[in-house]
Amino acid sequence: MAGKPVLHYFNGRGRMESIRWLLAAAGVEFEEELFETHEEFEKLIQGGTLMYEQVPMVEIDGMNLVQTRAILRYIAAKYDLYGRNLKEQAWIDMYVEGLRDLSDMIMYFPLSLPDEKEMNLEYILQRATTRFFPVYEKALRDHGQDFLVGNRLSWADIQLLEVILMTEECKASVLSGFPLLQEFKVRISHIPTINRFLQVGSQRKPPLDEESIQTAKDVFRFEHGLFLKNMSTIVAEY
Amino acid sequence: MCCGASREQHLTRKKQELATMSGKPILHYFDGRGRMEPIRWLLAAAGVEFEEKFMKTREDLQKLRNDGDLMFQQVPLVEIDGMKLVQTKAIMNYIAMKYNLYGKDMKERALIDMYSEGVADLNDMVISYPYLPPAEKEASLANLKDKARNRYFPAFEKVLKSHGQDYLVGNKLSKADVSLVQVIYHTEELDSSVMANFPLLKALRTRVSNLPTVKKFLQPGSKRKPSEDEKRIEEIKKIFS
Repeated sequence: MAGKPVLHYFNGRGRMESIRWLLAAAGVEFEEELFETHEEFEKLIQGGTLMYEQVPMVEIDGMNLVQTRAILRYIAAKYDLYGRNLKEQAWIDMYVEGLRDLSDMIMYFPLSLPDEKEMNLEYILQRATTRFFPVYEKALRDHGQDFLVGNRLSWADIQLLEVILMTEECKASVLSGFPLLQEFKVRISHIPTINRFLQVGSQRKPPLDEESIQTAKDVFRFEHGLFLKNMSTIVAEY
Repeated sequence: MCCGASREQHLTRKKQELATMSGKPILHYFDGRGRMEPIRWLLAAAGVEFEEKFMKTREDLQKLRNDGDLMFQQVPLVEIDGMKLVQTKAIMNYIAMKYNLYGKDMKERALIDMYSEGVADLNDMVISYPYLPPAEKEASLANLKDKARNRYFPAFEKVLKSHGQDYLVGNKLSKADVSLVQVIYHTEELDSSVMANFPLLKALRTRVSNLPTVKKFLQPGSKRKPSEDEKRIEEIKKIFS
């Protein structure tokens, strides 16, 4: 029962990265078992620990937890990063769900068909600056506090920092219209556990490059044009 | 009248204020299943009466946006306990916690979440199917059937078999059971023999359907929505175009 959580995934960000961020921010040491080939992934599936034959999977407290949100919520609750009452939890949930919509777009972007890349990037940046970032800028402006919810660090703050950094990798100046988010970014980055995670040598994963995109495609056998399907789901918004 | 509102708008606002003061949640969506249906099921199972405000046109959606009610410019929106909750998962979590459909501790919540998220993945396929272009429908339906029969339903059957209890987690009704039963009904509409090899899921469906609150919801005249027909789908697409 005592023992570090073990993360099962491929050697890249994907859906596991938010989990790495949350554990790191909570000061929780964890181990990783990262598969590199489709065969290794198959072996994990055959092992029977993946409820839906999918990853992320995290071994924690005697459970083999799958489904990113289930894992994140458990960690947030366990390490007191989920607010102090039901209403604060609701606000945190709204904030992280919005961030997930944006981070999904960015996550899938490398899988774009080549002649759609520019259009998709424009769409991501437009959404980031007109739909998502204004919400968090406004939240900080309205209450004037250092954190998004309840005047203390929560899962929402950690995820917001993660997504800000991801979006800046798409366009370095994307925060230029958001002075409070700029301050927020600096402030949260300086929290000791998070600062450590941002250093070279931590378990934080780099963005996908050509080689790791190919590995991801091989391991997970993605369909051609997957991103477009996800884009149309997000665009349809019903 | 304040703010240049018409008399009709003023009366609508008054009605909404009274509704929230009376304590009933107000659901804002179009008149169809979509992403709001699991929320309707959960409220109904919890025995919570609610009101609905339907968007019929693009202008109705725009109005909600202009009024600043939608955090991310999207529906579902549920007005509850003085909050304007958006994001389906946030809404479901709040309702489940408030009405004791979320287990007794953190670990039970983790299991409930793990099961609910799997159900939601299958439900996403079911929700999107009617809106697909005709050329994509056949492949999508085949994928949906395959996933339901070979990935999701076997996983939940296995859970029930492993502990032999009446409900998925902690021997007590939770949001996982309610959502699973909803997706069973809706998947069966698309694949009539999908439940053939899942006796424990069938028993769960019967058990949950016979709970007084759920039984009432399954009767005609309740707020449960029928599956969208062609005409309705075209109208809904226009709202979001």
